[in-house]
Amino acid sequence: MTASDHSLDIAMTPGMASSVDFQQMGAQRMLVIGGIALILGGMILGDIFAVFILHPNADRIGAALVDATRAVAAQDPHGAGAAFAKIGGYLENRGTKVDAHAHMISFGYIALLLALLQPVVAISEARKKFFAKLFLWGATLLPVGVFLIHYVGLAWSPLSAIGWASIFADLGGLFVFLACAVELIGLWRNFRNMKANPSAEAPLSERSWAARVLLAGGTLLVMLGFLHGAWYAGADLYRYEARDNELLSAMAVKAAANDLPGATEAVRDYGGLQGTKAVNIAAHAHIIEFGILAILLAFFQPYVFLRENWKRIWAITLIVGSLALPLFVLLELQWGLFAGGLADVGGLLVIIALFAMLIGIWRYTGNLDAPGSEQ
Amino acid sequence: MTAPRKLLIIGGLALAAWGMAYGIFYAVFIEHQTLDGLGGALASGFMRAAERRMTESQAALADAASRSFVYVRQVDAHGHWIGLGLLLVILGISFDRVGFQEKGRLVLALMLLAGSALFPLGVLLETWNRGPGPQAIAVLGSALVIFGLFGTVWGFARGD
Repeated sequence: MTASDHSLDIAMTPGMASSVDFQQMGAQRMLVIGGIALILGGMILGDIFAVFILHPNADRIGAALVDATRAVAAQDPHGAGAAFAKIGGYLENRGTKVDAHAHMISFGYIALLLALLQPVVAISEARKKFFAKLFLWGATLLPVGVFLIHYVGLAWSPLSAIGWASIFADLGGLFVFLACAVELIGLWRNFRNMKANPSAEAPLSERSWAARVLLAGGTLLVMLGFLHGAWYAGADLYRYEARDNELLSAMAVKAAANDLPGATEAVRDYGGLQGTKAVNIAAHAHIIEFGILAILLAFFQPYVFLRENWKRIWAITLIVGSLALPLFVLLELQWGLFAGGLADVGGLLVIIALFAMLIGIWRYTGNLDAPGSEQ
Repeated sequence: MTAPRKLLIIGGLALAAWGMAYGIFYAVFIEHQTLDGLGGALASGFMRAAERRMTESQAALADAASRSFVYVRQVDAHGHWIGLGLLLVILGISFDRVGFQEKGRLVLALMLLAGSALFPLGVLLETWNRGPGPQAIAVLGSALVIFGLFGTVWGFARGD
């Protein structure tokens, strides 16, 4: 296939977007490419985190709980306190990794949303570029800072309770907040003047098959996520919370009665319950996030410089992966590692589809920048 | 801009801003105290058990359960307000493609906005009142969001 064939495909796409706001190193281009890169980075970090930190950390928390019950049986209150101090450290390790993963992906979504809104943000192009860069710097700095909190701690910190990693993470958050605030002011100015840029509607008027599948499929995924969340909240949440309390109480009571096998069994049941809660929450959060991602990507299909057939393949791949990951995460409780492997395949499909679309957008920008381009 | 789009975009932005403002207030004034209290109550429950002061141990573990109940709902309300706000803005951008008359789209937009505001509010109210009232608000809110999304999927599938 030659470059001119690609040009023909693009030129024939109904509702083709104007390149006015997708100019070389423009704010919209930076936010689209930066947003997809953040989502990809966050997803890959999530996969690494799940394999190397989440599962080993859960085992360490279980072992520390067993230590706590042994300390109770041995009438050693300091030992019990020390075991809970260790659990606090493990929870911090887990929490900061989850936060880094979640913030990176969420900032990616906000970057894509801001890219969509750029044509109706009433500020100068120079300022748009500056705040797009500021947003992307902040969106990178915050998750990196949060990730490092567990390792840097309070080393060389001028403050007694907050370390350098937290300070840089907060600075990243401030950059993101400032950029969003300016974009909101720009939106407000546009709404007041109602002088909408005609090119603003261009990406939104995309009617290709891939865009429609991503839009309807994404909304369906969000709805399924909501149905699952409502079911979980109604049928399981209160029962699990009560069981959580019962098991903690059983650990303490049985250990105090020197029934260590009984206490260890309660620890094991407690671990199982935490796993059940975690897979339900992960399935609920992931299916909704993937749905939002699919809806956002529907708007950017005019910028994906690939043959229509390939655009359809990547749209379907993304929807299938988005459905497979949460479904098999839920089935991990019954099928164990087999379902975990299939969930990872689902995540990989989403990453591949996202990467393919990123390449398509990169090719589109390359075509725009090429000397003599008609776009 | 049509009324349903304006309602979803402005309403979604307002909801997300409200969720972020609540999150900042919560992080500064409530979260650290709640987490410290939760960790302290759990450790205390086991330390008192090691001292064979079982009544105090059970009271500390019940306190931890209560703090955990409140913490989960405060984080959920914050996260759902922002997430639903973002969803409303994204749906608002493309809402003219929902294949219904403007009146139908307006009803769907109102359902989505009202549900997105009410559902986290009901969840948050459960931290003050564990009776059926707040749960009913949360159920009503989530039902409005689910039916609103169902209508939106149907509308997208019909096309414009």
